[in-house]
Amino acid sequence: MDLNIIWFVLIGVLLSGYAILDGFDLGVGALHLLVKGDINRRIMLNSIGPVWDGNEVWLVTGGGALFAAFPVVYATVFSGFYIAFMLLLVVLIFRAVAIEFRSKRESKLWRQSWDVSFSLSSILIAFLMGVALGNIITGIPLDSHGEYAGGFFDLLNPYSILVGITTVALFMMHGSIYVVMKTEGELQEKIKGWINNCIIFFVICYVTTTMATLIYIPHMVAHFKEYPLLFSIAILNMLAIANIPREINHKNYFRAFLSSCASIASLLLIFAIGLFPNIVISQPNPEYSLTIYNAASSQKTLWIMLIVAIIGVPFVLAYTLSIYWIFRGKVKIDNMSY
Amino acid sequence: MNDPELIARLQFAFTVGFHFIFPPLSIGLGILLIIMEGLYLKTKNKLYENMTKFWVKIFALTFAVGVASGIVMEFEFGTNWATYSRFVGDVFGSALAAEGIFAFFLESGFLAILVFGWNKVSPKMHFFSTIMVTFGAHLSAVWIIVANSWQQTPAGYHLATYELGGNIFKRAEITDFWAMVFNPSSMDRLFHTLVGSWMAGAFLVISVSAYYLIKNKHIEFAKKGLTISLIVAAFSSVLQLFVGHTSAVGVAKNQPAKLAAFEAHYDSSAVAPLYLFGWVDDKNQKVDLGLQIPGLLSYLIYGDFNAKVTGLNAFDKNDRPPVNLVFQSYHFMVALGFLMIGISIIGLILLWRKKLFENKLILKILVPTVILPQLALQLGWISAEVGRQPWIVYGLLRTKDAFSKTVSSGEVWFSMILFTLIYTLLFILFLFLLDRKIKHGPDDITPSEDIYTDKKTILG
Repeated sequence: MDLNIIWFVLIGVLLSGYAILDGFDLGVGALHLLVKGDINRRIMLNSIGPVWDGNEVWLVTGGGALFAAFPVVYATVFSGFYIAFMLLLVVLIFRAVAIEFRSKRESKLWRQSWDVSFSLSSILIAFLMGVALGNIITGIPLDSHGEYAGGFFDLLNPYSILVGITTVALFMMHGSIYVVMKTEGELQEKIKGWINNCIIFFVICYVTTTMATLIYIPHMVAHFKEYPLLFSIAILNMLAIANIPREINHKNYFRAFLSSCASIASLLLIFAIGLFPNIVISQPNPEYSLTIYNAASSQKTLWIMLIVAIIGVPFVLAYTLSIYWIFRGKVKIDNMSY
Repeated sequence: MNDPELIARLQFAFTVGFHFIFPPLSIGLGILLIIMEGLYLKTKNKLYENMTKFWVKIFALTFAVGVASGIVMEFEFGTNWATYSRFVGDVFGSALAAEGIFAFFLESGFLAILVFGWNKVSPKMHFFSTIMVTFGAHLSAVWIIVANSWQQTPAGYHLATYELGGNIFKRAEITDFWAMVFNPSSMDRLFHTLVGSWMAGAFLVISVSAYYLIKNKHIEFAKKGLTISLIVAAFSSVLQLFVGHTSAVGVAKNQPAKLAAFEAHYDSSAVAPLYLFGWVDDKNQKVDLGLQIPGLLSYLIYGDFNAKVTGLNAFDKNDRPPVNLVFQSYHFMVALGFLMIGISIIGLILLWRKKLFENKLILKILVPTVILPQLALQLGWISAEVGRQPWIVYGLLRTKDAFSKTVSSGEVWFSMILFTLIYTLLFILFLFLLDRKIKHGPDDITPSEDIYTDKKTILG
């Protein structure tokens, strides 16, 4: 049993969990300003009210697990992407505060400002995460000590920006489906009308990114060339996306949402297969790349952490499922709501 | 000020100091919520339900700011202290990941029920959620203090090397997980912090309740709240005397340089004195304007007035913490501890004699006491962490060798200014909303409302 591979997979699972769960609430945030009227905006906020906080825990735990399992990657990426991560922190704080503070006062100006803050920060979080992902795909300059050797503006290359926009589009699609599932009446009809636009926006971005990857980033497709069976994941991914409008037409919103989850998971799986066994690819000196072997903690620690995960993960799944079960159904506003 | 490492240290002190206002409040308020909601379930008195609902809203506010400022901390190890992260990741990272898996999911999951689940689950399930959120808050304190204590008193590890790009690096790796978790200082420091957190929660409730009594508002609510919180405050303040003492004895054993700095004890000597206050002149190695009790330090540590206490001069000049800062923060923390014991005991006696609620003077004194445990927590943290200097991991890695190599002073300045602005704004907003919530008070139940609810129950 190769513990390094297991941890690569486990961190992938944590980050996919994050993308699927926080993905929809970031998407709700991205669409927030398009919804008019205070009560409708409160419904938007409260559709994610009880769960957004828990969704973000997947990121926190993913970060902690990366620190524990691949400390060299954690240190290199976090210090290398310094300014980008600081901006990410700022928008994460603003978003949390906006959700928490918005409905605490009646003032129109107060609510309007927090609405803007909530929506912009949601978009920026998705975008910055996408940019980070884009840079991991293209590879970044590393020196022989495994330290980042580029600057902040190197991170804003066209490909990474494209991945950033694609991430925003993906989360908007995902979020719009979620809101339709959680609302009723006029608001639901209105947002249902947006789903198709979101899907089209995402598919355009997705096709463009795929073409760019195939043309400019050959290392990401090496494994797929070597093992053609892996291409079935790409087909499943396409089918999952294609299934979304079909389910929406049949008013099976929950199944549409599951399809959307599946498309996010399969996209990240394709990304992980392309990357494996590297975690951070060094460009232009591939020999300095950080892999699941040279950047990992000791075997003993990976083993201890695996036991921690085996004990902890069933609880995590139990909490997550029960919370979504308890707060199932359409959003209702009461005096404890946001 | 072009030394990025110095700015990064200031930044860490500032961001962790800000963060450390909130988790203790959550931990302490959690305990009080359990008591309040437990009393509601037991007595079925609506007043306790209102009380729980009111404090849950405040709890949610402190929790939210705590989470937002906590994510910053998790990122900061990697962004600013990358060399440290590489060195300790194998050990420290594990504790942090365990915190995420065991504590954060638990807290955030049950918090949703605590805040939004009043009409979704049964009262018993809701009470269970309150207990679980509080348990989760305590559990996250366990893991983060285990991680931090390992920096103070490393155990259960060995130094190993790993290779990267043809270079050899040194780092700490776990050899014994449980020895790492139960390192020599972790349990002492955990209990010390938890009891301090209970005090933080209790004095917040004391302060707000006393304020209502002075203003003649929400009288019954305030009386019950004050009673509960005074009992918790007195219990934990007195308990802290013993827990804090144990912690200091542990420091003497495990980090003698830190203890010597607590008391500005320069030459190793028997009959070591304990200072009540003073100002340390580090250059001339003496304490100005000080008042000392001969032999008390020896007695407190070893139970023997003649025992020898190691002084700062036993350590190389490069291995000593900045003495006066550690001395002052430690002494003020201890003084605040005694002050809180005094105030809460006096309050409890007056409560016992049924003279508290009418005594405007003592109520006026109680209102600002919310700041006392907060100050003591911050000062205690300063003495613990500055007392650890110049080491980031005691005896293994120096703070000056731990900074991120690729980060420039301009970048650290950028983030420092950014955090200063945002935290200032955040803090003002937090106080503003807290103030409004307190002024608004609990949603009162009027007699007519009561009849209405009763009727509804009768009619089904």
